[in-house]
Amino acid sequence: MFYREAGDFKTSYMDDSETFPIRFDRYRYYFVLFAAFAVVPFLLNDYWVNAVLLPFLIYSIAAIGLNILVGYCGQVSLGTGGFMAVGAYACYKLMTGFPDVNIFFHIILAGAVTAGVCVIFGLPSLRIKGFYLAVATLAAQFFLVWLFNRVPWFYNYSASGQISSPERTIFGFPVTGAETAPWTAYLFCLVFTVASAIIARNLTRGMAGRKWMAIRDMDIAAEIIGVNPLRAKLSAFAISGFFVGIAGALFFSVYLGAVEVGEVFGINKSFLVLFMVIIGGLGSIFGSFAGAAFLVLLPVFLKNLLVGIMGWPTDLAAHLEFIIVGGLIVLFLIVEPHGLAQLWRLAKEKLRLWPFPH
Amino acid sequence: MPDQLIFATEVFLNGLMAGVLYALVALGFVLIYKASGIFNYAQGVMALFAALTLVGIMKGQVPFAHLINAVFGTHVHYFGWNVPALVAIVLTMLVMVGLAWAVNEIVFKHLVNQEPILLFMATIGIAYFLEGIGDMMWGSEIKKLDVGLPQGINLWIDNVTYNAFGYGFFIDNLDIVATVVAAVLVFTLIVFAQYTKQGRAMRAVADDHQAALSVGISLNFIWVMVWSLAGFVALVAGIMWGTKSGVQFSLSLIALKALPVLMLGGFTSIPGAIVGGLIIGVGEKLFEFAIGPMVGGATENWFAYVLALVFLVFRPQGLFGEKIIERV
Repeated sequence: MFYREAGDFKTSYMDDSETFPIRFDRYRYYFVLFAAFAVVPFLLNDYWVNAVLLPFLIYSIAAIGLNILVGYCGQVSLGTGGFMAVGAYACYKLMTGFPDVNIFFHIILAGAVTAGVCVIFGLPSLRIKGFYLAVATLAAQFFLVWLFNRVPWFYNYSASGQISSPERTIFGFPVTGAETAPWTAYLFCLVFTVASAIIARNLTRGMAGRKWMAIRDMDIAAEIIGVNPLRAKLSAFAISGFFVGIAGALFFSVYLGAVEVGEVFGINKSFLVLFMVIIGGLGSIFGSFAGAAFLVLLPVFLKNLLVGIMGWPTDLAAHLEFIIVGGLIVLFLIVEPHGLAQLWRLAKEKLRLWPFPH
Repeated sequence: MPDQLIFATEVFLNGLMAGVLYALVALGFVLIYKASGIFNYAQGVMALFAALTLVGIMKGQVPFAHLINAVFGTHVHYFGWNVPALVAIVLTMLVMVGLAWAVNEIVFKHLVNQEPILLFMATIGIAYFLEGIGDMMWGSEIKKLDVGLPQGINLWIDNVTYNAFGYGFFIDNLDIVATVVAAVLVFTLIVFAQYTKQGRAMRAVADDHQAALSVGISLNFIWVMVWSLAGFVALVAGIMWGTKSGVQFSLSLIALKALPVLMLGGFTSIPGAIVGGLIIGVGEKLFEFAIGPMVGGATENWFAYVLALVFLVFRPQGLFGEKIIERV
């Protein structure tokens, strides 16, 4: 009744190409933004920020980045953990090398550095495809983690081999280091997440996104109709790397504060982000958020349920988590290969017709 | 011979032995990929699962003991008997066949005609699932696996090389056994594929599903059979690796090492898996020996992947793979 295009007349091209063509959607979007920026910061506490909100926001950025590469451009990557490590270490080197520059720019620059690294490892994608490429990106994963472990320059010759973020402020409020208030860390990450989502959404609606999708659907046909595969694939690697790098930088500097590369950015991180993209929905920005939310909330939920309420040992809960995550992946692939985003789409279709069945 | 060269030879030989073990895991991948076009990421976890089950059965562990204890507050751990290795291996094989059937019935039956990349992701899901189930059934601590294979330095080789070069080579008995087992396994598989009815059917399915179906070959049966075969190969690999370094989570990471082996050898070729395994095994050991100390060591973590990556840029189908022909 209220959820349809009819009656919502567009009078300019600007209006016509809006992200949310339906008025209800638009208001919902403004409402979510308003709530995220103006309501949530007053309600949150330390536990919620550290256990749920920060990981959700940061993984969302990483998932958006990976979704551009896997979901939109069809190039499967298993190197996300390694690329996040690049973002983290680039951010660390910039923070310690140029302490006077605002951390905001460090994080953007860390994204840019990661984009460069990602393009280098994306070069083989021009020759190799499918599984071969997926395995080739594993080379990036293992090589990068090894590099950050073994070359002392990257961790400033610290004795522990760890990197830890010094305190940095924005407008006088600390956003990294031990003094950070929950709401500043939250807002800082939120700004990046929202900006990433808007940029990614508009990129994928535009020419770049259409080229990526053409490559994904059939690369030879795309080449014949004039899509340059070199530029399309490498631009997808670059943009994906940029977002993943930002996510890595935030993960290190704001969320964890101190990082040991093999533990935090190992192969499991790559799979985790890939699962977010699959469960959320390949080729959907909303799906990236949904997948990230799902896989961040699931362990928290299971832990509270099994350890907190039923009193199971933690390791048993961890095993059960593996089983459930694995089972869900398979279930999603069988029942709904397009993920949570497709369920959302179906719900919207139903809503459009409501209250009539056809 | 100069010392360096002698050391290098020893490293080379050890690399060959390690390569055989990689090839064992890679073999399981090739079997499934050839017959069903599924790139089975779970192969390594299957090896882990097989080894865990084997140890559990041999020691008479109660499956899901941890879970049962947590839910019912009991304290059961062991049945209190020990099963001889051979019986335990047979029982484990039955479990693997059951697993093959379940995987086919529950998962891949519903994913027929999906894109290969989705199938690949499904196997990652299976890998996670199996990992959780394995740990939950048998516990996640590191276990010793001893099925009576000889272990330790081979004194005969040590003596012979000492007399010849004045320096005794260190070669593990277990590696020699693994090499022999791998050779027998490959030979059996090739004979099976070439000369038996089921083997021919398997190759027919690999060639063309629909044509195979139309001459009356049951796809379901062949797929279950292939997954069981892969389970068997996983069991053998699990025994070898488990005896060598204990049954633990890192066993499943060996599967990842098998991936560059496959890329090098080509996904569809059994000899390719063997040759690829040997190249990777020797390559990474020699690289670690020659270059490793200069760059801080532990290059074995990534050398295989980078080697495969560089190699693929020049020959995308691998050494023995079928030529990739693309049509629009």
